[in-house]
Amino acid sequence: MSQAEEIAFQGREERRDQPRTARSRRTTFRATLFRNELHTTFRRWRTLALLAVLAAVPILVGIAVKIETSDGSSTGGGGGGGGPAFISQITNNGLFLVFTALAATLPFFLPMSIGVVAGDAIAGEANAGTLRYLLVAPAGRTRLLLTKYATVMTFCLVATLVVALSALTVGAVLFPLGDLTTISGTQITFTEGLGRALLIALVVAASLTGVAALGLFVSTLTNSGIAAMATTVGLLITVQILDQIPQLHALQPYFFSHYWLSFADLMREPVYWDDLVKNLGLQALYAAVFGSAAWARFTAKDITA
Amino acid sequence: MDQPSATEPDPEGSDDGAGGDAGGDRSVIRTRGLTKRYRGGQLAVDGLDLTVPAGSVFGFLGPNGSGKTTTIRMLMGLIEPTSGTARVLGRPMPRASRDVLPQVGALIEGPALYGFLSGRDNLVRYDAADPTADPRTRTTRVAAALDRVGLAAAAGKKAKAYSLGMKQRLGLAAALLQPRSLLVLDEPTNGLDPQGMREIRSLVRELASDGTTVFLSSHLLDEIEQVCTHAGVMARGRLITQGSVADLAAGARGRLVVTTPDTAETARVLKEQGVGDVVIAEDRVTSDPPDGELSDINAALVTAGVRVRGFAVERASLEDAFVALTGEGFDVAG
Repeated sequence: MSQAEEIAFQGREERRDQPRTARSRRTTFRATLFRNELHTTFRRWRTLALLAVLAAVPILVGIAVKIETSDGSSTGGGGGGGGPAFISQITNNGLFLVFTALAATLPFFLPMSIGVVAGDAIAGEANAGTLRYLLVAPAGRTRLLLTKYATVMTFCLVATLVVALSALTVGAVLFPLGDLTTISGTQITFTEGLGRALLIALVVAASLTGVAALGLFVSTLTNSGIAAMATTVGLLITVQILDQIPQLHALQPYFFSHYWLSFADLMREPVYWDDLVKNLGLQALYAAVFGSAAWARFTAKDITA
Repeated sequence: MDQPSATEPDPEGSDDGAGGDAGGDRSVIRTRGLTKRYRGGQLAVDGLDLTVPAGSVFGFLGPNGSGKTTTIRMLMGLIEPTSGTARVLGRPMPRASRDVLPQVGALIEGPALYGFLSGRDNLVRYDAADPTADPRTRTTRVAAALDRVGLAAAAGKKAKAYSLGMKQRLGLAAALLQPRSLLVLDEPTNGLDPQGMREIRSLVRELASDGTTVFLSSHLLDEIEQVCTHAGVMARGRLITQGSVADLAAGARGRLVVTTPDTAETARVLKEQGVGDVVIAEDRVTSDPPDGELSDINAALVTAGVRVRGFAVERASLEDAFVALTGEGFDVAG
């Protein structure tokens, strides 16, 4: 679900719940809480620290590749868990650092930071006691939950773009840029390569919406922000491990992380869509299931914190 | 009950919105059989029939753990009652939360703030959460609220650097962001120094004189006596009594207090004079007030050689009323 859809949905909710309030004024006030929530989230030291860590990953990968290849040799295939066939190309074209960095952060760093932000979304407010004042303001439970989800989704996008932009900058500084070769072996121009990189970043961000919904649901279950964050990150690690156990192959297509690395298929010519579509469908399913569960839980919950 | 009121031309700001209630009196808060049983079976609030008249300063009194906060949370739509109904400003809670709560300012179980935000930004955030608050007047309203609680100078400081008293003031400021029909203040003077307490009390009186109904919970009896016109007394989840403060205090008799070093002798003389319930406490002997002439008692004491340092009938306080009602002290419920 895109962010625009989220906000539209939020608007519908408000109109349904408050039929008696002036509608024209309401439309101008609708996004106020969302804007304030973004402002509050991105002013937290913790959020900025997470983004700084994410920005540092491409720098480290870039420097490591540069040092490794300074004697003229090429990097060995698949070094450093860099994902499919990207890392060895970095020395030829800095743009590949974007793909490598996203492949390196998607399994853990990105979803972990999403888990922290999503897990803290409701539980953190409950822990600080601010939740009761937001609800008495009255923020409205559905409106607050949708605002929180929209904010976590925005964080997914921002976090992914931070990795991509940091990688692009480091790649441009340390390595040459130019036309590039796809996984299928065809040549595409640098501009088209940039377009693919942006598309990949968007797909990576969308891949995180399932974890975001899961984290938000966990966040409605407890009044401890730390517990919610730890549970979400713990689930993330557990699922990643289970995804490696061959005996569970029947279940694995339902793990939110199973198709994450399918974004590499966007670098094929022609693009291989099957796994990409499965990934996005799976994320939508997680968002729907855990989003509904979070809503059911949060709207019926006694706020005692 | 909900439908007819939805067609009223001006549902906002009408204090007498209790029109649909039986009796049709001007009550701002009205609960009937309000009950909350937490999971695990603990009965926190038991069949509460509370009526808060419009324009009153209502003291909600009871020891810690008597169910005051649970009641307030039910009134504010944070907790779903197990049974019974609650109407606030004439509308059912929690169903009408979105229409009722913008007219209610609340301080519940102490302030809660975002430590990494300045005092001003904390208020901006709470104001942004209210869908009826106009963003165009936000800056002015936030500044006015900060000024009203005496925090204008500290508005730019991060809230984590605030003292407990300053946090309490900021919580109050959040309740005053808009003109309110009802203010719910749960222990508003907690953590304040005596000067701060006086300021809050005068603020409460000022707000009440503007016509705002104030629902003030406290475990401090003298606080309730000083500012409230009405009071309700809670103990172990039940509402023991409610009414005007004068009526409640009148229900209890005063006490004769003799201050003297010769306590044993005093007690003997008092009993001789036929007064009941003589209690010795350090250098004070207290008893029920005598039926006859006070000066006769004093004369008898002096004749018996008792060194009388103080002799007075103390007016009945709410605490006496409370003790008379519950037959127990004002301690934390078990």
